[in-house]
Amino acid sequence: MNLNYLSYFAAALIATFGFGVLYNVPTRTLFASSISGAVGWIVYYFLAFEIELDLFVGVGVAAFLVAFFSQWYARHFKMPVIVFAIPGIIPLVPGGSAYNMMRAFIEGNPEMALMFATETFLISGAIAVGLSVNSGLFQVFSNRAFGKREKRYLP
Amino acid sequence: MQKYPVADILDVCVEAGRVMLENGAETYRVEDTLYRIAKSYNLIYINVFVVPTALILTVQGSDGQDHTELLRMTDRQTNLEKVSMVNDLSRQLAQRALPPAKVKVKLLNIKNTPRNFSRWQSNLAIALACGGFPLLFGGTYTDIIPAVVAGGLGHIVYEAVNAWTNVSFFAEMVASFFIGLLAVLFISLGFGQDINIIIIASVMSLVPGMAITNSFRDLMAGHLLAGVAVLAKALLTAGAIGIGIAMVLTFL
Repeated sequence: MNLNYLSYFAAALIATFGFGVLYNVPTRTLFASSISGAVGWIVYYFLAFEIELDLFVGVGVAAFLVAFFSQWYARHFKMPVIVFAIPGIIPLVPGGSAYNMMRAFIEGNPEMALMFATETFLISGAIAVGLSVNSGLFQVFSNRAFGKREKRYLP
Repeated sequence: MQKYPVADILDVCVEAGRVMLENGAETYRVEDTLYRIAKSYNLIYINVFVVPTALILTVQGSDGQDHTELLRMTDRQTNLEKVSMVNDLSRQLAQRALPPAKVKVKLLNIKNTPRNFSRWQSNLAIALACGGFPLLFGGTYTDIIPAVVAGGLGHIVYEAVNAWTNVSFFAEMVASFFIGLLAVLFISLGFGQDINIIIIASVMSLVPGMAITNSFRDLMAGHLLAGVAVLAKALLTAGAIGIGIAMVLTFL
């Protein structure tokens, strides 16, 4: 079982690394974002398949963790969070269910398609919730004082 | 009171917005950055409106005159290094407002920064990444080599067709059709076990999982227009991939 986890870690690391290269992440942060992606995937696998929690919970917690890593890296490397978060959530992203949904629709199997569609939107929603909860918390508990900080422009 | 003409400042802002939007920054980040840049030049009544295909910026100078500029965007790619560079530039400007001419030169430099990796390197990286996905989707080790070959070649086909026809729907359809053919070929030759796992892993570079997630983030942040637009694009892409694969699986 330990070997299993190790191979999953390596697979997620390689996947994140490859997408990092495709998205032209700055070279010196490539490995950092790969590690956050791999850790996120391992947490997701542990929560969703070992403890057998809901898929939504597993993905949400994993995305939260990836975002946490990304915020930390962003402060360390002095770069925007997106540079680390976008490659990091690649292994979690519901590519498989999106593909299955479309294939079931086109092959004339609406019930199956609806099931996969629900899964796709639930997983995407969970990732988005994980990322936004994290960025919200970081804005509230940021080191800088409340009064001095300039508010983000949100029209 | 501004030291520089408002039109010049506006040009700088729009140029920065173009670089960010072209390279895959989220809409709220573009709005935030443009607002900060305009603010660092002491402009007032700043209103920024960004959707994935357009950008509108209205400001008022100290003479009470309103200025508006509209930018229409066509092609988009993802290049996170440039996004990060523009972000750095906006932070520098917040510290000390440089003359617009200097900022323009800096933005031109950012625009002309070459990618870190050549096309072949990034194609190789995508092929290897596709090799990682069979394990993540519950496949076996024997599915890895077919996924690497099909994923890498599929991405090359996608880039070639997209550069040729400039219609991404068509390019995605052709590339996923090609991937489906390769997967069927590999299975019939005896490489790999599960055709579905091979196909899913190989189309990962085309599948709009990232776009769906980003659209949800936009929707949650209150950018309803951008979120719905990105979601529609993502569903169209998923449709293209589904059609391409279904053509292979139903006719063969």
